[in-house]
Amino acid sequence: MATAANLPPAVAEEAAVGAAKTARTQVQRNNRQGRTKVSAPLTGLMWLIVAIYAFPLLWFILSSFKPGSELFSYPLSMIPREWTFQGFMDAWERVDFAQYFLNTATVAIITTVLTVFFSACTGYALAKYNNKGTRLFFVCILATTMLPTEVILNPTFTVIRDLGLYNSLAGIIVPSVLTATGVFMFRQFFLTVPDDLLHSARIDGASELAIFFRIMLPISKPILFTLAIFSFQWRWNDYIWPLIVLNDPKWYTLQVALRSIVGAENIDWPVLLGASVISILPLVLVFFVFQKYVLNADVSAGLKD
Amino acid sequence: MTNPTMSSTVTPETLRTGGPVRSKSQLKRRNRYVIAPLILIGVNVVLFLVFFVWPGALGLIYSFTDYRGVGRLNFIGLANFQKLFADSSFYAALSRTFLYTVLSVPLTYVSSLGVAALLTSKAVRGRTAAKIVIFLPWLISPIVVGVIWKWLFGQDFGFVNFVISLVGGNPVPWSSNGNLALAVVIFAAAWGGTAFNMLLFIAALKNIPEALLEAAELDGASAWQRFRNVTLPGIAPTSFMVILLSTIHAMKEFPMIQALTNGGPGTENTLIVQYIYKTGFEQAKVGYASAASMVLMVVLLAIALIQLRFNRKKA
Repeated sequence: MATAANLPPAVAEEAAVGAAKTARTQVQRNNRQGRTKVSAPLTGLMWLIVAIYAFPLLWFILSSFKPGSELFSYPLSMIPREWTFQGFMDAWERVDFAQYFLNTATVAIITTVLTVFFSACTGYALAKYNNKGTRLFFVCILATTMLPTEVILNPTFTVIRDLGLYNSLAGIIVPSVLTATGVFMFRQFFLTVPDDLLHSARIDGASELAIFFRIMLPISKPILFTLAIFSFQWRWNDYIWPLIVLNDPKWYTLQVALRSIVGAENIDWPVLLGASVISILPLVLVFFVFQKYVLNADVSAGLKD
Repeated sequence: MTNPTMSSTVTPETLRTGGPVRSKSQLKRRNRYVIAPLILIGVNVVLFLVFFVWPGALGLIYSFTDYRGVGRLNFIGLANFQKLFADSSFYAALSRTFLYTVLSVPLTYVSSLGVAALLTSKAVRGRTAAKIVIFLPWLISPIVVGVIWKWLFGQDFGFVNFVISLVGGNPVPWSSNGNLALAVVIFAAAWGGTAFNMLLFIAALKNIPEALLEAAELDGASAWQRFRNVTLPGIAPTSFMVILLSTIHAMKEFPMIQALTNGGPGTENTLIVQYIYKTGFEQAKVGYASAASMVLMVVLLAIALIQLRFNRKKA
């Protein structure tokens, strides 16, 4: 673990340097803009790749509007010959999808709020207080990235059961609050905040916690949004935790429910297609509203959770 | 925890130079430098102990027992590990996982870097729209990624086989041939994994000083030479991170393959996490599965250490 500790500081530095450089590269970019010509072959290549990436999803979504009889009738056509919402309606009503949707939303929203808040607290403490305790905990957080849930499935189940969290949404929410990525994101951000700000607040007599809540938390808003979106995506799409924790179908989340449809002996494709497309929608919506926080984020640390 | 020597924010020098009154107020301040961060990290410390240390230790203990989910722990020494190293299905799962990793990581790396390079090149039109489209798979859960590719590569009903039959070919057994099924899983992994790594690469590529690239261009370096000798070394830390993260991610691949092939055909493409899940939960051999988990953990650690060392040597 100790050797791995060398990674994030380097990454943090990179991020900080990157921020400082943005202004400079902006100028250089404008200088270059004038003489760089648009290249047709490169543009063509780019859009060919875009088409390849878009196709599986496009084909999937268009298929979900086809009636069951058309799904398997050769020759297949790209555009549905007959448009229908039957698959969506069946998924929503027959499979109790509304309930799964609600469960998933509950888990994703509550966990995200908690993750963002506690990651901010921890990240700030790790960045601005340098003592044995915080240094040790930093290494501990690093260690968690080496011990993914996948490696401790059975013992995790035992812990969840012994805590009385088995078969409840709390069993998914509570263990998911601590994420190394969230803590690292905030730590890196707060490392770039000048200590002077902290010192002057102290001289003005502000208490340590007041400094955090009144000054530091508000200025970390961009990171806050970025982590919120990442966390929402992780929890919405999470499969392993719900799989271990939930047993009763009434608590199922979307991913577990989808898995049970696709794992069936005879897959009900019209329902599966409809259900899958519905499950993607909320994230697409969130993404298009907040995309700048994702696409422009100076993401560095292990943001995959 | 309130022991003043714990804090290093105030150096001993400043203490010694201050008078007795001052050092008393400094003592108070030092205390709050210890207590405040403790309050801030408190919840996460508890979560860390309960959901990492506890299951981690439990897993280690389980791996030396024949625990089956109920009853008392019965220690059997290294028997689980001995059995594991003689278990051909364990080797099959482990080697299949290695194969999957070795094939999918380079593909993901090349596609993410290629896309990122195109997206940061000023010679390309419509980069913002392209970026959004290529990023979309990030929003899609591994389960649904599996479903999407299962639908696309369905043996009897998939679009790909339909096109192959249109141009006169025979339908390809995408799900009944083990290697072809693995190939589909690899494509799906690259499709789903590109988006995020692409973001990392875009950030790294933007940080390469344009002056360096311009100087190389003036010296007559071709586009490929510039990429090879300026860009690639410039993004080495990011490359390292992407490869490390993708490797670890691939080693513990589980949901996507569950939806796509469920380890099939048969158990041919059962990867290691799926093997652990099957033995640990479906067959309730908790001790045995924990031993397999320990092996996986050691492998993950080894990968991280090897890559870290490799990275150091290069730097």
